[in-house]
Amino acid sequence: MTNLDQYKVHQQPFYQAQGDEVALYEAAYSARLPVMVKGPTGCGKSRFIEYMAWKLNKPLITVACNEDMTASDLVGRYLLDANGTRWLDGPLTTAARIGAICYLDEIVEARQDTTVVIHPLTDHRRTLPLDKKGELIAAHPDFQLVISYNPGYQSLMKDLKQSTKQRFTAFEFDYPAAEMEAGILGKEAGIELGLATQLVKIGQVARNLKGHGLDEGISTRLLVYAATLIKGGVAAKAACRMALVRPITDDADIRDTLDHAIDATFV
Amino acid sequence: MLVSEPATISAELQPYWERLNVGFPQVRAVFAECLTEAQALLSEEGINSYIDNARFLGKMGRGVEPILVYLEEAPTVAQHAGEHSLLMLKDFAYLLSKSTNFGAIVPFLQTVAAVSRRLHSQELLQQYLDLSRQLMEDTTSSVHGHHKTFASPALPEFFKQAPKLLEILSLQGLKNWADYGARYYNDHPERQIEYFALQSADSKAVLQRERHGTLLVDNERKLDLYMHGLWQDGDPFIPYSVAFDELRVPYFNAEGIRLPDVYDDLQLPSPTGRGAGGEGTLVISGIDRYRAALAHIAAHRRWSKPVIADNISPFQRMAVEFFEDIRVEQLAMKLYPGLRKLFMALHPIPIEDACDPDQQSAVRHRLAMVSRAMLDPACGYRNKDVCEIVARFQRIMAEGESSTLEMVDLAISFIARTRRQADLSANVYFDNTEVDYRDDNRHLWIFIEEGDEEEAFDKPEQVEQKEVFSGLPPRHYPEWDYSAQNYRPDWVSVYEGLHPSGNAADIDRLLEKHAALAKRLKKILDLLKPQDKVRIRYQEEGSELDLDVAIRSLIDYKSGAQPDPRINMSHRNDGRSIAVMVLLDLSESLNEKAAGSPQTILELSQEAVSLLGWAVEKLGDPFAIAGFHSNTRHDVRYLHIKGYSEKWDDSVKARLAAMDASFSTRMGAAMRHAAHYLEQQPTDKKLMLILTDGQPADIDSKDGELLIADARQAVKELDRQGIYSYCINLDPKADEYVADIFGRQYTIIDNIAQLPQKLPELFISLTK
Repeated sequence: MTNLDQYKVHQQPFYQAQGDEVALYEAAYSARLPVMVKGPTGCGKSRFIEYMAWKLNKPLITVACNEDMTASDLVGRYLLDANGTRWLDGPLTTAARIGAICYLDEIVEARQDTTVVIHPLTDHRRTLPLDKKGELIAAHPDFQLVISYNPGYQSLMKDLKQSTKQRFTAFEFDYPAAEMEAGILGKEAGIELGLATQLVKIGQVARNLKGHGLDEGISTRLLVYAATLIKGGVAAKAACRMALVRPITDDADIRDTLDHAIDATFV
Repeated sequence: MLVSEPATISAELQPYWERLNVGFPQVRAVFAECLTEAQALLSEEGINSYIDNARFLGKMGRGVEPILVYLEEAPTVAQHAGEHSLLMLKDFAYLLSKSTNFGAIVPFLQTVAAVSRRLHSQELLQQYLDLSRQLMEDTTSSVHGHHKTFASPALPEFFKQAPKLLEILSLQGLKNWADYGARYYNDHPERQIEYFALQSADSKAVLQRERHGTLLVDNERKLDLYMHGLWQDGDPFIPYSVAFDELRVPYFNAEGIRLPDVYDDLQLPSPTGRGAGGEGTLVISGIDRYRAALAHIAAHRRWSKPVIADNISPFQRMAVEFFEDIRVEQLAMKLYPGLRKLFMALHPIPIEDACDPDQQSAVRHRLAMVSRAMLDPACGYRNKDVCEIVARFQRIMAEGESSTLEMVDLAISFIARTRRQADLSANVYFDNTEVDYRDDNRHLWIFIEEGDEEEAFDKPEQVEQKEVFSGLPPRHYPEWDYSAQNYRPDWVSVYEGLHPSGNAADIDRLLEKHAALAKRLKKILDLLKPQDKVRIRYQEEGSELDLDVAIRSLIDYKSGAQPDPRINMSHRNDGRSIAVMVLLDLSESLNEKAAGSPQTILELSQEAVSLLGWAVEKLGDPFAIAGFHSNTRHDVRYLHIKGYSEKWDDSVKARLAAMDASFSTRMGAAMRHAAHYLEQQPTDKKLMLILTDGQPADIDSKDGELLIADARQAVKELDRQGIYSYCINLDPKADEYVADIFGRQYTIIDNIAQLPQKLPELFISLTK
């Protein structure tokens, strides 16, 4: 039997609610409705799901999707064995069997023919047919499917099908408001509020440049990195350059502008 | 000059006057004054040299002007460039006098003082004189057989502009600029004068290229990002020229933000007594100066509200502007504390006791002190009024954002409190009061009355002139000058237009004539059509088993590792991805009969291009045709025959049927223009076929090598853009130049009659 405990979230993750999303998620879970979370990278989507799994005390199985992923990677496959063949459950199947929250991260990265295998699990049927094995799994009552994606990437090639989208309830996440973000930085990295506010200001400069050569602004995650570096004794300007500017752009003009923003913010 | 009575020469100056020994009454009139000035600046030895050289100029036989100007200007030159320069000036003036360029003596002497003030050393002055001599030699012309030399038209203008030029150019830049003018306008005196008087566009463009500093055009994107990123604001930037426009400060209105076209890096003496790094100088880079100006403007745009100006006196308005500037800067610094360092470095430091409030109008000075004190709390001004208003200001700013209206009240009360009798004096104290990164605050005022001056009543009605465009406006392209190893900016004007149409059936008839050839071509084309397959490996499900991977998987599995289930492969068709541009030389020479053929080259080209068009259409590659000819650099015609989005249909064939040849071949510009279309094609390969019958040439270019070199440069540029250029040359003598231009990317077709057959074949072999 699968060890259920390994999928549990044991320590409370820090999560700062931006609104009533915790209550709404609980409501969705109690009805076992599939949930989609979307928002820019590093804004706290995964952290939110982790937090909810902890709060509901349910196991959480996370799958990071990529474009080479096939349906068998989710559902499971037959392996050859000394005695013939042996079936091995994929993560989705495991979750459906043990009643976990299955979190498919960055679902748009997966090919569209892969994503359709989740369809029967996400409507009233709540079943997963394993056609190769000839088995039909009825999902455990605790099972819930959660997917995340980043609409910022949205290109012609990478989008969810309408038939997939319309099986989910959705939360839209964005970077938290300035004050709240500063609070988060303070909590996560243990820096004082004044410094956190300055970091957030630089983050916002980059977010204003989105679409002007930046695909994505500086994420909360990067801001936390910068804060952590500063907390560890790195000079503020150097930490910002290292954690906030260099990772996100190779464009010299944007780099200069952000460097200047750092100089203008930290005296 | 009219002299009423001979000026008296005092006794102690009498020996000098005798030494000078000239009889011009005009000289006598100014001699005493000049000598007094010279005595203040020169040593005794210098004075003697000054007098001797002046006497020489007076006796040179070129009138009174040279000696007069020399007497006035030479001491200043000597002060800046050493006393030896007294002799240098005389020698150079003598040189001008000996040649036909004596007309330039006076302009030379008149501006040399200002020039020496810029150059500040004897060596540099010598270089300046050498440069001038070179220019004189280059532009003084003699007509063969006439035994007469003509004065350089450029030289007087050059001397007139020299001080202004040296303000923005280094000596080397000045030399480049002058060389350019001398080279290109040598045979056109009027143009030469225009160039050296800084009136022609060309002259300004070269000046812009040679100048130093941070140019707005190079940094527009960076500054745009700055406005978007830090201020969530954005408007087009409109440059104004520091060199040609009257002195202005930045400003903004509905049209956009006006900024100077260039900022030099600013060297400032490092602020002493502040921080540790107090040695050396502080350099504010040009880009930071732009950012400071933009930060100030952005702050105005965010926090300033216009107020009605009519009831506020000019003094009060000036005060309001200062206070509002300070207020928005304080708010900006609250947002970005790092700006304080920048503003403080750029803001002048008015010296407290520098101006006498009883003699001079000190309003500006007082306001600048307030402004400085708000920026720099450590400034230590003692003036009671200033300290009080600064304290009041700080109280207001501590409470919140305040408002423009509150600043108006504050300013009016400050003006009322500090008014002095001398404030109205015309003697305004300006030193260190101008803050050059601040805008002129025109956005701050609303005028209800337009003014009651008499002329305001019958303002002439503005007639809006609408320009009538026929066709597209010209596009300007640079041209490569091999002798200068540099581009001539915006040298060629290319006019693009639709080729006139003829009868499409003619082309169909041509194709019918070559039906046999077409049949043969079709066979080759069918082979060439996209069909090559590309293997896609690592598929879990595919059309075939990929043995390599399958075996690897099996080994993995046997050895107990996780086997890779992606052991199949499939195929996909790989399409051709080539965009083609065919550029036809339509110059006059095409009208000649081809050797050994009853047809003209033009007709043969027409047949060839028709066949090629038909063939490419069959292949389905994106494909465009254009023709070009030129009539001097001002008129290069680019005739559109087929565009990428057009089908090979009757309208295209009709244009091809009407193909006509005239004028000359300026190839480089046409290639650059064609490239800007080809470049936008989203294909992997880009091919430009150039069909020509001779070497690049134009009637305004005497140097045959020039346009060849330009075409070679165009080929290099195309190469850099990822465009493969290939020349099909119909000139049997093309060997002499075509390899120079196209390297090995060319074919010479000797038997032109074969062109219709060769061209499509060539295309096919190129793209196979």
